[in-house]
Amino acid sequence: MPSEAETEVSVPVGSDADIIIARQQGRALAEKAGFSGSDLTLVATAISEVARNIVEHARRGEVVLRMIHQGDKRGISIVARDEGPGIDDISLAMQDGYSSGKGLGLGLPGARRLVDEFELESSVGVGTTVRMKKWLNSHRSVAKYR
Amino acid sequence: MHLRENRTQLREEWARRVTEDQLLTAMTKEEIFAEATTVYDNYVAVLETGSVEALQAYARDLSERIIPRGVEANEVVGIVLLLRDVLGRSLLKKYQSDLVLLNRVMDAYEPASNRIANTVAVSFVQERERIIRQQQEAIRELSTPVLQVRERLLILPIIGVIDSQRARQVTEQLLRGIRANRAKVVVIDITGVPTVDSTVANHLVQTVDASRLMGATVIVTGLSSEIAQTLVTIGVDLTKMKTVGDLQGGIEEAERLLGYKVILEESAKESETP
Amino acid sequence: MRVPILKQGGYLIASVQSALTDRDLLDLRDNLAQQVGKFRSRGVIIDVTSLDVLDSFAVRTLRTLAQMIRLRGAETVIAGIQPEIAFAMVQLGLDLGDVATALDLEEGLVLLERRTSGGGRRAKRSGN
Repeated sequence: MPSEAETEVSVPVGSDADIIIARQQGRALAEKAGFSGSDLTLVATAISEVARNIVEHARRGEVVLRMIHQGDKRGISIVARDEGPGIDDISLAMQDGYSSGKGLGLGLPGARRLVDEFELESSVGVGTTVRMKKWLNSHRSVAKYR
Repeated sequence: MHLRENRTQLREEWARRVTEDQLLTAMTKEEIFAEATTVYDNYVAVLETGSVEALQAYARDLSERIIPRGVEANEVVGIVLLLRDVLGRSLLKKYQSDLVLLNRVMDAYEPASNRIANTVAVSFVQERERIIRQQQEAIRELSTPVLQVRERLLILPIIGVIDSQRARQVTEQLLRGIRANRAKVVVIDITGVPTVDSTVANHLVQTVDASRLMGATVIVTGLSSEIAQTLVTIGVDLTKMKTVGDLQGGIEEAERLLGYKVILEESAKESETP
Repeated sequence: MRVPILKQGGYLIASVQSALTDRDLLDLRDNLAQQVGKFRSRGVIIDVTSLDVLDSFAVRTLRTLAQMIRLRGAETVIAGIQPEIAFAMVQLGLDLGDVATALDLEEGLVLLERRTSGGGRRAKRSGN
């Protein structure tokens, strides 16, 4: 069953100040969706990572935040989209410790650990799209540490 | 429609049989009658419209009210099957002179009434599962107390199996406890944890690291020799973790870290001298 | 937003008041490294109590900052990391390495005191 959009917020990302706006908007929407406590921080941090990925690699793009539900599940969807240079080797980019920019190399693989669903789509010269979903009350097994 | 016209009579017949069969003994006659009226109307509405949504919502709501009173699944299914029987018999009696019509009526009635029985039973079970899950959550919270034994010292005895969800809860509870009690040292005792695999070990490492980020030192106690062997075999790196054999030793180490020992001995001496 | 840096005795205290952009963080790093030399400070406390997120960039910057401060002869303490943020950081796989941490500003001062001048006292207390 496809998830249905309820509320959508689109944040244009073109500078490091926009990273803060994106994660504050995300936190607010997540709170509206029913998240609380450290889940709000996890959502905000994941948004921070994908938004920074846009600023560092593509310079501009957008982060689209949506409240979603699927059957009984409620949650939030985060889509970070850019028309930047794209990622050449996706599996390499998702390895811990790899970075082509100035991050720790933990940005995207780190964000993946904070959410329940994570999809990365990228083609060279076209751009990159990261789709993440976090569901209420779902506690996935923590990825192997380090 | 026949079933609506004879509502009062059929409903009474049904309520009588429910009492006869000693179902819903936890409820009074008046309560049974009141609920029976709503169940009856919902039932007939489903037969007419074919939509079970309203019934489903009502069944959930009813279940929520009657589960705490100890009503069992067999009783709920029982009363619905009784109503099915009462209505079926009534239809049979009314149309028995016209077999063709009776057949048509039964063809419509049977699948619909089966669906109703199904819906009510499933709603009841779902509601009960939901309540059980809620209670499990509550028990979980209770089962990992964060205890303050001295100023700035917390003890967290973990008992039972640690899965990812519980590990998360324990960690969040501990971190909140550290802030609330301004703890500097935490002793996590895992004597009561039956098995520690790499997943559990990684949770432990995360808990220790997160506590350290808040400025607290963690001492882990109660690693049995079997668990220690497993951890070495699977190659979990616990070198960054401070471990002490048992809880007693852990608390002593914690007091040493807090600088308690000297103070305590001195005050003990003072009280000895008259 | 610019982070105010307070000089208190031999220490510098930087209290972060609101969310910081990457630029703000880098400025904080450079300002602290510069002022540690100027005031010949022995220790630096960065109070992050008001921060809502510490992501990989922020953590990396704080680590670099601590390294720079150490090279300039002073100690760094990160104080006030909130429970939710500590939790998110370990989920992300981030840590501060050997950078000292404290519950809050007050604890941070106690820790600095012990690390920078109270070495003898600490040894006496623990009985060594």
